[in-house]
Amino acid sequence: MMKNIIKQALTDLFPSPGTVAEELGVETAEDEVAENGKKKKAKKKEDPPRVNGVLERDHAQYGYDIDVQLEPGELLAAVMIIDKAGFFIESITGVDWIKEKQLEVIYDFSRYDFDPCRVVVRTRTPRENPGIPTISKIFAGANWHERETHDFFGIKFEGHPHLVPLLLPEDADFHPLLKDFKP
Amino acid sequence: MSGPISIQPGETFTLNVGPQHPATHGVLRVKMEMDGEYIVQAETVLGYIHRMHELMGENRTYPQVLPNLSRLDYLGAMGYTHGHVLAVERAASIEVPERAEYIRVLMVELNRISSHLFWFGAFVMDLGGFTPLMYAIQDREHILDLMEAVTGSRLTYCYFRFGGLYNDVDDDFIGAVRAVIPRLRKSLKKYAALVTGNIIFRKRLEDIGPISAEMCRKYGATGPVARGSGIDFDVRKNEPYSMYPEFDFDVPVYHECDSLARYKVRMDEMEQSLRIIEQGLDKLPDGPIMPKKKPKLIKPPKGDYYQAVETARGSFGIRIVSDGSKNAYRFKLRSPTYSNMHLFDEACQGMMIMDALAMMGSLDLVIPEIDR
Repeated sequence: MMKNIIKQALTDLFPSPGTVAEELGVETAEDEVAENGKKKKAKKKEDPPRVNGVLERDHAQYGYDIDVQLEPGELLAAVMIIDKAGFFIESITGVDWIKEKQLEVIYDFSRYDFDPCRVVVRTRTPRENPGIPTISKIFAGANWHERETHDFFGIKFEGHPHLVPLLLPEDADFHPLLKDFKP
Repeated sequence: MSGPISIQPGETFTLNVGPQHPATHGVLRVKMEMDGEYIVQAETVLGYIHRMHELMGENRTYPQVLPNLSRLDYLGAMGYTHGHVLAVERAASIEVPERAEYIRVLMVELNRISSHLFWFGAFVMDLGGFTPLMYAIQDREHILDLMEAVTGSRLTYCYFRFGGLYNDVDDDFIGAVRAVIPRLRKSLKKYAALVTGNIIFRKRLEDIGPISAEMCRKYGATGPVARGSGIDFDVRKNEPYSMYPEFDFDVPVYHECDSLARYKVRMDEMEQSLRIIEQGLDKLPDGPIMPKKKPKLIKPPKGDYYQAVETARGSFGIRIVSDGSKNAYRFKLRSPTYSNMHLFDEACQGMMIMDALAMMGSLDLVIPEIDR
């Protein structure tokens, strides 16, 4: 199962002392009980804790399998692992978490073979002066996705070869998907 | 003006293809650095029909944004609305009756055929053959009439609802679809005899416009473009959704990586779609088309949901980030042609311009869908 291999590889990448693996076991046991009882309860349950930023998700409920939360500095190493494992890039997008004063960048990777495993990599950067390293040197297809995300959110992808507006007019100095954008 | 312009050997010039060029089928512009007839470098310029559907998705409620989805790709609109309803149903846990799901598959497959037919006509027209377009449009017209009778619109369908459908199909529709299938089969044979074997057609496409499997992976190409490069990837099979696991159909894959392979994939796909439609008509169960229990106001619980579907052009993805309110917090559309078009810049380097335009046709571009 590709899911387990990539999960293990990403978990081992940046070990953090905070989380203990045993906690996860307890949580999953509770989950099963809740599912046997009432479905509504299971939905309201809080997410299990991430182990080194990695979380396994139910594909039927969320549409992806592995959810990885990383610091911007750790991004390139994780994407290289994903690239070596033979994933293709689906999309890159942003989310503006204005209350937390952060911008989130989400990367989707998926596979061509019959072992479906969608990996979602998330990283956050402060709203003031947002910057994230580019992955367009690993996945050439990230080029346009990053330009689009720069258009919509103003996130600077450091090292990007050609970071000019793609979908917006070439002199655009606004970022329409920021929550405080006023047309 | 003082005499004709002369170009020195080794000197390049810039050629602007588009944004109003017939070969680009929409407002797409490609800046090409040319050395005579050969392309040294190309840069695609997008955004001429950008409408910011993603912001509209945040400003409107989930049902209100449904018609937007069919304005992305006006040739295969049904597949895109299917993606949206599936994503919202997944997020809000809405059950769909079996009959509704079967009719959805029927409609999506009919739409896939009509989209491929139009592409076929336009593609051959790009290469200089005008007549097949007329045949293809005539066949497509039969399908559009059928779908108009049920959905009420010819291209920009808004037929699916969260949990089901807008209205049920009747026996007239089922009979008419059964009557159309043999006619389309006959037409497909006609196209194979008329176009696929044509020597001029083959010379324009064979071994031209190579896209390797590795390039597909790096750029995230999906759909017939990936399948023409030997990648056996179809979301309907690889990540089954809706009723597709119930159907018996093949995914055509060609390993030649050239423009002709992409052409063959689409021609075979129409045959497979006909198979799905036949099975769907046989299996179509009775029952309601809307669920008994359905929330009046759709408010998915907090979370981040993703849904991928196979449209006529490739894997279309929808990401809904919900904050628990009636509007989406973030509404991301992953368009397949966006990734497919991206590899054009690299793939066309060193090609002759007419070959590059033939390859562009084989990518099956719909510009409003790239720009969103």
